[in-house]
Amino acid sequence: MKNEAVKIFQKKKSTILENWMNNQLQDDGLREDLMSNEDLRLQSEELLSSLVDSLTDANIESSGSGDFDTIRDILASISISRAKQGYSPRETGLFVIGLKDALLKTLGTEIKDPETLYKQSMMVNKVMDNFAMHTFETFIKGREEVILRQTDEIADISTPVIRVWDGILALPIIGTLDSSRTQIVMENLLQEIVDSGSSIAILDISGVPAVDSLVAQHLIKTVAATRLMGAECIISGIRPEIAQTVVHLGIDLSQIITKASLASALKTAFNIMQLEVNKKQKLKA
Amino acid sequence: MEKIPILKMGSFLLVTIQVDLYDQLAENLESDLINMVKKTGAKGVLIDVSSVSIIDSFMGRILGNIATMSRIMDASTVVVGMQPAVAITLVELGLPLKGVYTALNVEKGMDLLRSKILQEEGPQDDDDDGDEDHTE
Amino acid sequence: MTTTETKIILNKDILRITKDSDVVPYRNRVKEYAVKIGMSLVNQTKLITGASELVRNMLKYGGGGEARIEVITQGRNTGIRLVFTDQGPGIPDIKRAMTDGFSTGKSMGLGLPGTKRLMNEFDIQSEPGVGTTVTVVKWKNG
Repeated sequence: MKNEAVKIFQKKKSTILENWMNNQLQDDGLREDLMSNEDLRLQSEELLSSLVDSLTDANIESSGSGDFDTIRDILASISISRAKQGYSPRETGLFVIGLKDALLKTLGTEIKDPETLYKQSMMVNKVMDNFAMHTFETFIKGREEVILRQTDEIADISTPVIRVWDGILALPIIGTLDSSRTQIVMENLLQEIVDSGSSIAILDISGVPAVDSLVAQHLIKTVAATRLMGAECIISGIRPEIAQTVVHLGIDLSQIITKASLASALKTAFNIMQLEVNKKQKLKA
Repeated sequence: MEKIPILKMGSFLLVTIQVDLYDQLAENLESDLINMVKKTGAKGVLIDVSSVSIIDSFMGRILGNIATMSRIMDASTVVVGMQPAVAITLVELGLPLKGVYTALNVEKGMDLLRSKILQEEGPQDDDDDGDEDHTE
Repeated sequence: MTTTETKIILNKDILRITKDSDVVPYRNRVKEYAVKIGMSLVNQTKLITGASELVRNMLKYGGGGEARIEVITQGRNTGIRLVFTDQGPGIPDIKRAMTDGFSTGKSMGLGLPGTKRLMNEFDIQSEPGVGTTVTVVKWKNG
């Protein structure tokens, strides 16, 4: 038995494309700002041709078939690129659902016998739903990639190392310190110590909302690593609440030089380096 | 047999480790170095690890041993030029190399040793650092 | 990260470790693989240091054995898995062996717990009289 739907789709390809395009163009959610109608038509045409070409009598009933790999690839690349361009999941989904509507509409006009129409429609439905699902899946994957990239970027910008004086580095930490962040902080700080040949590093934690035993552990590790490299590490910006929690939690910071403010840490650093800052003597005219 | 060269610079000894130490080589270094301290009466030992990519607990123990042994023989040990990745790993491993002095590079290591010697010899010997008048 | 996904082995290599001089070549081999998958320098250093500890442990307590290096993937993660198998006397009390400061040899006793901190996954199976297998995983960005 020759499958009706396959035959009709091959014959009516251009009508389907027209219907589908109309569906998309009429939709309120059309994003002309993100993609021109020209590109949209090309994208739609590519997907439809690929679908019609790979749809055969044998595979229309098994939507998981390997024959559809090309279509899946196309759908994946479309939805990933849409995710990155900022399309909403709904807009991306409509793209595929719109094709389903167009296909079903064509079947409705071509097949007269209700029973055949029902059977064929169910089949097409199943295949297209499968594709829609696949589209959603890859769309979410695309968004996850965006999130991962942003996480990396945030981690990078949030740990600047500043050279405050010849031989003195300062690193203001803003936000919560967890182990992956500490690792980045530590790496940046130690590398900068090597690059600048600095012998003192000041770690300012005024921007860290809370210090629990885990954060304290991270700070102690950073100080230990700095010392192994042959530099001294001062921790500044200890707020009263932090001092309180540290003592209440029984954390031992006695091996670390701690200062209340960055200014006093800098003063200590000058002392260690045997530097003195003096007020300029005014010359009498 | 491969050997790690030990250079004498004034009253200090300088060892630059440039290959990955396998166990026998490291143990040889330990005994060679201690013998050199005795022979030259060195006041300080500088171990340059800037080209070492791995320090495991074995190697850490050797460094610690050298420091402790030379301490008994009245010489300070400074490990210089440790790579950031190596320092982070050592801390995570739980090996902070207690009793070993550290410095960023050989030059700073020498400064550190000189100041240690000055501290110890105190007031009677002021500007004559690097002088070798030891009586043992 | 989902842990339900299975790990797939992409590449593997097996080395026999019987003497002290096998340690450095083994470490170099681990490094080659770590560099190949683009592992960051700090993670590389942690992996190789941990590998060095485990291979020394195997020599000292297990009388040598087999060290396997595998490149694995899980989801979007790539990493290195190391498996150390010996037919030595085994470890009677694993819990104690995993405590900082415990050692039966003349070392400092930070071999196992220290190594665990360097890795992302750590598993040890031991049966007295049969042998010990230690499996560790270090992810590329872990």
